[in-house]
Amino acid sequence: MAEAPLDRTTPPPDRAPTARLEMTDISVAFGGVTALEAVSLTVEPGQVHGLIGPNGAGKTTMFNVACGLVRPSSGRIAWKGSELRRLRPAQLTRLGIARTLQGVGLFAGMTVLENVMVGAHRHARSGFLSALFAIPTADKDEERLRERAMTALAELDATAYAERYPGSLPYPVQKRVALARALVAEPDLLLLDEPASGLSEDEMHELGELIRTLSARMSVLLVEHHMDLVMRVCDRITVLDSGKPIAVGTPEEIRANPAVTEAYLGDDVDVAAHTTEFGSTRSETAPTGTEGASA
Amino acid sequence: MEQFISLTLGGVVNGSVYAAFALALVLIWRSTRIVNFAQGSMAAATTFIAVAVIDAGGSYWLALVVALLSGLVMGALIERVVIRPVEGGPELNAVIVTLGLFVAIQGIVALVAGVDERAFVPPFSTVGYEVREGFTLLSLSRNSIWTVGAVLVTMLALIALFRFTRLGLAMRASAFGQEVARLLGVRVGRMLTLGWALAAAVGALAGMLIAGDVSFIGPTFMDTLIVFGFVAAVLGGLDSPIGAVVGGLLLGLALNYVRGYLDDSLLGMAALVILVVVLLVRPGGLFSTTAARRA
Repeated sequence: MAEAPLDRTTPPPDRAPTARLEMTDISVAFGGVTALEAVSLTVEPGQVHGLIGPNGAGKTTMFNVACGLVRPSSGRIAWKGSELRRLRPAQLTRLGIARTLQGVGLFAGMTVLENVMVGAHRHARSGFLSALFAIPTADKDEERLRERAMTALAELDATAYAERYPGSLPYPVQKRVALARALVAEPDLLLLDEPASGLSEDEMHELGELIRTLSARMSVLLVEHHMDLVMRVCDRITVLDSGKPIAVGTPEEIRANPAVTEAYLGDDVDVAAHTTEFGSTRSETAPTGTEGASA
Repeated sequence: MEQFISLTLGGVVNGSVYAAFALALVLIWRSTRIVNFAQGSMAAATTFIAVAVIDAGGSYWLALVVALLSGLVMGALIERVVIRPVEGGPELNAVIVTLGLFVAIQGIVALVAGVDERAFVPPFSTVGYEVREGFTLLSLSRNSIWTVGAVLVTMLALIALFRFTRLGLAMRASAFGQEVARLLGVRVGRMLTLGWALAAAVGALAGMLIAGDVSFIGPTFMDTLIVFGFVAAVLGGLDSPIGAVVGGLLLGLALNYVRGYLDDSLLGMAALVILVVVLLVRPGGLFSTTAARRA
């Protein structure tokens, strides 16, 4: 399904997306204030699932529950069929889950390449002690990490910046690097938090193409403000309002749902106005890759 | 001219000792953003352990190995037990904890080993090389070459660790952004412990070199070194091992010229004047560019 520039990173067939994330009746309360109330959300294998809602609806909280940063007061999370009881952030990558942050969160004092190499950390084979003492095996390990990181950078068209420091790069490039850092772990589930913030129309379009491409090899949970992007790339969408789910369905169903439009009234995003022009653009055709991404 | 050469060489030797001490401070600052004021008394403690080994009939080299190992263990224990609870809290808390450690460890050393100063025999001759008839370089001996060489090797090893190993990558990632590193699957707690362990081992090396240089030890023999090592680390920007070594060498030279051309009693003041000037003019250290943070 992937075109030329993406072939390099096509994972072996056994890594096909078979993983389902099921979050059931999740409730979160911060000191008496209820942030989420019995929200259920299922990310099907290989699907892009959107999580939207007006400001303060609880999107980010739900997202943080999914990656273990926020512990729900009640509810269950099941991943690949087994229940996650005490999900801790450090376990995420081992479980095959990667996330990006709302900002960028790149390590300022490390080059772009090194940043991405940290993301591939869990794939290194040599253990803690051999990395410290047995230089030869650690060396090969290092070489593999470097190659993987370069491949991920190539997929996001950011190879040219490998030796640069994040602070010296434009924001959209930093975002691409952050995405490469998440992808290099070859996750089965990718959690994207506001990936389009700060991007231009063109860049957002490319991002949409990329996310569609990624869904061939991983599931994606997408929290996003930009309604047009969400409508274009998502297979299913969950709408939250004031911590409660008000709608679940395909983009078409969500667009037609009056409750959703109502929730957004007063907010500066108008679902109907933003989505009609993208009515049927969700591409079933092969994506063109990111070759033309602006530098 | 002869005096100048002699002072310069002596400055390099003293400077490399300051550099070793600064390296230890930098290692801890990098990983936990804490200035470890207990470094001096920790190093005094490990040097006393080494002396105990020598007293029991061991060689200097066995004693050195024991000192380094006990440094590793002490550093790891202190981080785990005493520092961990204040990590991430207000900076002042950590500073006060390390000051408390400084006094406590010094007290324990005095209780166990007594307050009297005692002789310490360096591993090599401290007799200066005779360049020609009537001109002996008092400051350049076989022992001072060992001192400078040991510090340089340590610095190179640390740079290699940070630059070329996966472990170093993970340590740097933890230093730059703990939360993000955790999300990427880095065992951050382990990296912090390792940072303290390495620092204490480098501090132990500094203790052994200084003891050899001044030929005596006592519970407080490292105290002036805290000031010099700290100034050297700030000169180098607190963040880079190379900066620490360059800062140490510069400080060693400056102080030795003060000692030679002005007066011995001005040393402490000169160090503090340099500190104040650096903080006024280049608060980020002499190498406060991204380039200096590479290593």
